[in-house]
Amino acid sequence: MTRAGFALVIGLLSAALAVLGLCIGSTGLESLRQMAGDATAMQIVRDIRLPRTLGAWLAGALLGLGGALAQGLFRNPLADPYLLGSASGANLGVSLLLVALGASPGSGGWAARLGTTGAAFVGALLAVAVTLSLARGVQQTLRLLLAGVVVSMVLGATAAMVVLWVPDIMRAMQAFILGTTAFLGWPSVALLGGALLVCLLPAIGLARALDALALGEASALSLGIALPWVRLALVAALALATGAAVAQVGLVAFVGLVAPHLVRGIVKPTHGWLVFLAALMGGALLLAADVLARWLLAPQELPVGGVTALLGGGYLLWLMHRRRL
Amino acid sequence: MTASVLEAQALRVTVHGRCILDVPRLAVPGGRWTAVVGPNGAGKTTLLKTLAHLLPSAQGRVHLLGRDMNQWGGKARARALAWLGQNEGGAEDLLAQDVVMLGRLPHQSWLGAPGPSDRAAVEDAMRQTQSWDWRERPLGQLSGGERQRVLLARALAVRSQVLLMDEPLANLDAPHQADWLLSVRQLVRDGRTVVSVLHELGMALQADELLVLAHGRVVHHGRTDDAACRQALVDVFEQRIALHQVAGQWVVLPK
Repeated sequence: MTRAGFALVIGLLSAALAVLGLCIGSTGLESLRQMAGDATAMQIVRDIRLPRTLGAWLAGALLGLGGALAQGLFRNPLADPYLLGSASGANLGVSLLLVALGASPGSGGWAARLGTTGAAFVGALLAVAVTLSLARGVQQTLRLLLAGVVVSMVLGATAAMVVLWVPDIMRAMQAFILGTTAFLGWPSVALLGGALLVCLLPAIGLARALDALALGEASALSLGIALPWVRLALVAALALATGAAVAQVGLVAFVGLVAPHLVRGIVKPTHGWLVFLAALMGGALLLAADVLARWLLAPQELPVGGVTALLGGGYLLWLMHRRRL
Repeated sequence: MTASVLEAQALRVTVHGRCILDVPRLAVPGGRWTAVVGPNGAGKTTLLKTLAHLLPSAQGRVHLLGRDMNQWGGKARARALAWLGQNEGGAEDLLAQDVVMLGRLPHQSWLGAPGPSDRAAVEDAMRQTQSWDWRERPLGQLSGGERQRVLLARALAVRSQVLLMDEPLANLDAPHQADWLLSVRQLVRDGRTVVSVLHELGMALQADELLVLAHGRVVHHGRTDDAACRQALVDVFEQRIALHQVAGQWVVLPK
């Protein structure tokens, strides 16, 4: 399959999934059918299902893009977008906020929701900052990886202790850790869309530098690539992409790791295509998981992170079985 | 005597307090092929990387085409000097032609699409290393020798004045080693300069100049048709090799 053909296929798939996303929910197809005459039905579709559908796609796209960037930067196909510590930072940020508010996300309305998003974002950015300072910059990727692991472990343990001391927040925390698309509204869509644009620009602009880096650091330098600046810009894009996604949908597992793998399994892209296709693929994956999560037990719903973990884990197992990993 | 294209002064590389390269002065003559030889750990790769300005920790000064390395812009330097490393790995998912096209990066503007001259350079380079036939296969699916020929084409595609190669013959079978030799001779005939680290001593003796390294120092630097040069080679390998002339070429045998 050609690269452009593949992009078209995932694009069409995403559109089909988006239509499904509009049809599925606790009130089922009824809302869509009565939309013209019924104000409540209109509101359900326009203000709940539509932003949730778009938001899920955008968050998935950010995670897929983050995965492609992380794997290119660290020259490791198993790198995932959370490895700079952003996930555990967001985790700790949210748990501290919940302790301060004594509330669960969603229950406190928009103010609490915005607070959770802000806390997750600040936590993610602080964690990345700590990782970068421990690694003394972004130039030594091995140091960066190790620092990310250390920060993830320490912050993760701290968050776990917070939850242990204040068990009231356990349920809300669990929802955040599993990842959920239930609280996505129009402001989230605007934020995620903006973040995706801001991250795609350096990712596509520096994609050829990532190709050169794939040949090795010495070769990349010999081709005149200004590696220090490239790394700085791409780590910033990676941190923003994961921070924005995690803040809106929680710690959705596997999408960032699996999306670039799926793309590489089907076409052999240069990084210019890979960052673009992995974003499309990540969007389609998370949207598909969201549709499944809403549909399987309707009118109840599953946490979307649980669905991605099961599907992603299954896919990786299948890959291992096929000996392609 | 041709002018030097690469001139180095007071090169010193220290790793963990140990000096692994100490070259007070070195001049690589232009329009010639220089082979760098020496026992394992002699500092051959380190010297080549230092000359290519790829080791930030190296001390000393290097002039490329008469101009201080630090005064070259990244892209201009990349157009003047190409580098082929050894065992760098990676790029498994890139197609062979995408890899070779990376050699044209220094010639393209940022975000600029490859033009006809880039595509022509890629095809030329790939045909020269006989890797054109698998241009649409990913690098990860090629054998070691096929992969090496694609990487060699990548370095040739730069069309630089100076070409530095670290063990370019690794994994190549005999016919393709001979092809490599022809490519290098053609480059030199075109006035280009080639410096290659080689473990194949017989091949190294086909070069114009030999640079013999041991313990991070240059122990001999001179023309290969000089008897002193061959003696230096035997000495640096502790008299464990013997040179014999067969059909006008030097053959190296273990002793």
